[in-house]
Amino acid sequence: MEHWSPTSISAAPDTGPAPPSIAVRLARDPKVVFAGGFILLLIVLAIFASLIAPQDPLAQNLLAGTLPPAGFPDAEPGFLLGTDGLGRDVLSRVIFGARISLTVAFVAAGLACLIGSLLGLLAGFLGGWVEVVISRLVDVWMAFPPVLLSILLVAVLGTGLHSVIAAIVVIDWTRFCRVVRTETMGQAQMDYVVAARTIGFARPAILFREILPNVMPVLIALLTLEMGIAVVVEAILSFVGLSVSSDTPTWGGMIAEGRKIVHEAWWVLAAPLAALFATVVAFKQLSDGLARSLDPVLRR
Amino acid sequence: MLLAVVANRVAMALLTLAGVAVVVFVLLRVVPGDPVAMMISPGAGPADIAALKAHYGLDAPLLTQFWIWIKGVVTGDFGTSITLHVYVTEVLAARLPATIELAILALIVAVLFGGAVAIAGTLMRRTFGETIIDGLNSILLAVPDFIWALALVLLFAVAIPVLPLTGRIDPELAEGFTTRFYLAESVLTGRFAVAADIMSHMAMPTLALALPLAAVIVRLLKQSLKEAMLQDYVLLARIKGFRELRLVLQEALRNAVGPTLALTGVQFTFLIGGTVIVERIFSYPGIGNLAIDAVINRDFPLIQGLVLLFGLIFILINIGVDLSVAALNPRLRHA
Repeated sequence: MEHWSPTSISAAPDTGPAPPSIAVRLARDPKVVFAGGFILLLIVLAIFASLIAPQDPLAQNLLAGTLPPAGFPDAEPGFLLGTDGLGRDVLSRVIFGARISLTVAFVAAGLACLIGSLLGLLAGFLGGWVEVVISRLVDVWMAFPPVLLSILLVAVLGTGLHSVIAAIVVIDWTRFCRVVRTETMGQAQMDYVVAARTIGFARPAILFREILPNVMPVLIALLTLEMGIAVVVEAILSFVGLSVSSDTPTWGGMIAEGRKIVHEAWWVLAAPLAALFATVVAFKQLSDGLARSLDPVLRR
Repeated sequence: MLLAVVANRVAMALLTLAGVAVVVFVLLRVVPGDPVAMMISPGAGPADIAALKAHYGLDAPLLTQFWIWIKGVVTGDFGTSITLHVYVTEVLAARLPATIELAILALIVAVLFGGAVAIAGTLMRRTFGETIIDGLNSILLAVPDFIWALALVLLFAVAIPVLPLTGRIDPELAEGFTTRFYLAESVLTGRFAVAADIMSHMAMPTLALALPLAAVIVRLLKQSLKEAMLQDYVLLARIKGFRELRLVLQEALRNAVGPTLALTGVQFTFLIGGTVIVERIFSYPGIGNLAIDAVINRDFPLIQGLVLLFGLIFILINIGVDLSVAALNPRLRHA
């Protein structure tokens, strides 16, 4: 983690007491602790879903359809959050659904971040025609409504997890590109970059060893935020029926089923919606906390 | 000078639209699904399929297809919808007013609600009330329209069933309109019972679209207001004995509203993008709902028309925002 702090050239003479390390700052931030803790819990649930889930998420029992959650009249033990129209256990399906949501969150957001920030770094650092081409491309991209473009892309690529991830990457690299480009342009004007140029550092070295570490805090906060967005996009595509096949439990697919039978069994909609809500809020809060804790200016 | 800015923006907009046209056209041509395969009757032979393809111009080379389409678009002919069998322009004209009414109503609700909360938060600054507003708002900022829409379904269609779940208007009342702007027309012609029915149908989709935008407005406007409240002119007005509410509304708001206006414009394009899924959830008959059907049915001409329409709306809003920000900023006005 040390290389996120300003490098030797940029570090100003520090007269006061040494600022607390990044790890300490992160551990002290309630947003990071609670939101990060929730995400960790979700990851554990997703990985050990088959051990934790009380029922088989795919096991249908038409005689036990639309059972209400525990505590309501007619509830049956063993189905804590009730059952859906086909008698499948809602709690187990929510737990297994976290697998798809988190896979999309990490893979799609990670790839979008990689591609977007690479292009953003190049545009911001090189300037000239590279910057013009990339910026115009971003403008064209952003003229599409994201939801429409993602549905269009999945229709083109065919349904499935790979298509959903590809669609999110293709759409959301622009978020990273725009922010990183602006940040890089700002950093490139700074004295430490001018100094590095004067010393005769090669351009890739300046870009990746000097500028990138200083763009990193913004990038990490943005990546965390994007994970939450990716979870919602996957849910929307599942809701429309364009994500993974209906054999695999997903929050969006459950929400679509719940929306259809909302008057008979509201819990089929409420349970995955609550999971989605909590996950999205957790990623946002974690992003806010990370942005605050990692900011090199606030850190002093 | 302003004219040069406008000309530059319009030229850029046309370039962007051309880019959008190319991207959507190319994307659709690599779609694995064949739109003709979905419309043939079971007994049709290869000759029938070829005839159908020729009818819709799908047998021509790609470049020719693109040229024919672009030539049509420039003259206002977007082709015929493959699934609906009517002109794309007709479908869009019939569906667009519903989305425009929804988007504008949501914008108004977001500005009024967000503005009111921001002003209340400024009046309560450095109190427990402000802490509560900030805490709630930091959660609301994370919640997208999709989640709002479904939470509202649970709240107002299941828990307290007071609002209609789907549609735009009670079908029995949907008679005797001369335009497709049902809400505006019923209000202007004094049919308030009809207007009330339309409003009750629009309430949930409007709120779902408005709340994320309201949260953004609260955060930025409150911050700008608090900064403005520290300025000398506010101090002067306070010395004159003006009340706190008047200080905020008359002195601070005027100077603080600029950044919020610019951001609201940008966020309005997100709101319009959100109509796609929100209209779907409430079976609201606008262009967003139409877009999902068009994509699922692989209705090429309709998808192309819709994407260009969305692109055009986005660009017009962006130009409008740039111009109003330039007009409001005295430094830019004289530049």
